[in-house]
Amino acid sequence: MAQEQPTALERFVNGILPENPVYRQLLGMCPVLAVTNGMKPAMTMAGATAFVLISANIIVSLIRHLLKPHLRILVFTLTIATFVTIADRFLAAYVYEMSKQLGPYVPLIIVNCLIISRCEICSSKQGVGVAIADGVGMALGFALALASIATVREILGSGTWFGLRVMPGVWPNWGIMVLPPGAFLTLGLLLGIAEWVSRRRSERAKSSQ
Amino acid sequence: METFTGLILIFIGAALINNFVLHYFVGICPFLGVSRRTSTAFGMGCAVTFVISIAALLSWTLTHFVLRPEAPLPRWVWEIAGGNPATHVDLSVLSYIVYIFVIASSVQFVEMYVRKFFPPLYKSFGVYLPLITTNCAILFACLEIMKHLQDPTNLWGLHEAITLAVGGGVGFTIAISLMAGIREDLDLCDVPGPLRGAGIALIVAGIMAMAFMGFTGVDKGIQSALGIGF
Repeated sequence: MAQEQPTALERFVNGILPENPVYRQLLGMCPVLAVTNGMKPAMTMAGATAFVLISANIIVSLIRHLLKPHLRILVFTLTIATFVTIADRFLAAYVYEMSKQLGPYVPLIIVNCLIISRCEICSSKQGVGVAIADGVGMALGFALALASIATVREILGSGTWFGLRVMPGVWPNWGIMVLPPGAFLTLGLLLGIAEWVSRRRSERAKSSQ
Repeated sequence: METFTGLILIFIGAALINNFVLHYFVGICPFLGVSRRTSTAFGMGCAVTFVISIAALLSWTLTHFVLRPEAPLPRWVWEIAGGNPATHVDLSVLSYIVYIFVIASSVQFVEMYVRKFFPPLYKSFGVYLPLITTNCAILFACLEIMKHLQDPTNLWGLHEAITLAVGGGVGFTIAISLMAGIREDLDLCDVPGPLRGAGIALIVAGIMAMAFMGFTGVDKGIQSALGIGF
């Protein structure tokens, strides 16, 4: 091996904050913007993505010695498509209302760059244990990002959180926050805040040395 | 006349009112990644429009003849094989796998074609051409077409599917070209440090999405102007 590959623990921790898929790598933006108008759809989407990500990581890691370089992307997408079909049928069978509300965004998990990039970067090179740790870490990071955006949008846009009223009754709901423009504005501002915090931290680390 | 109006409404709906990028959020990755220069952005838009039309043509054909519930081909195979004619034949569980396969192979085809016949264009696309495979916009168009082929009261024909795809592609091109124009000017502005790059691009996109919300209701206006009911 030419370069040292990260261990399972490093992969797991990296996924949550240092290499957060949304705030650091800007991957998988489509569901991040589309389903975060409330906590419930956001968490359903995070669960479905986690299932697909971890399963695809396991399978790709198991077949990594059989992969041909020029066909690997196709194999990745077909693996992911299989698991997305399973997740989609499962949601349609058990939480039909939510599956209707998420609509085309469940099948669109197939083209979520996050999953393909994890297959390419981690699980096609390392063993099953590391691939599972990586999948769980990245899925947690993704869920955290979805939850943060959905919290801002649901509280400002409809005054509720997980469907429970949190703002006082006189709160005028900011309708724009649950509509498409609110998604772009919220994510843009949160990205700015994340960037600002990490800059502050690196400056402080520099000055304390 | 009736059909033609329907097609215009589908086109305007896909390109402006429910713009793929600014209303459905599909195709955000190239929208943020390739929108630094107007010329590349326009090229990317054209490539996506082209691939989306080919994918729509293929996926409509496959869905109509093979994948939708009670499609003719599996029904025929089932009866040849001696199955019970009363059984409900439905292959739609396979549709996601088939679509992603169709998209991946049409992108491969377009890549080979462009490399052979337009080498300069191929160079300027660089890594972004293969990335169209993971462009949500194309799969999204296929899924919309599938949705309209499963509703037996309003089955879509090939012309409607292609119109939706081209409209979506044009809408994507409009959005990404506008974005690239704004970002070229943003380079000269004094943007607060942490917002530089993706942050300010997303805020600009938010304001553009608000502007595009102004198109809401245009379809009703066209319908009443052309004098069909509602």
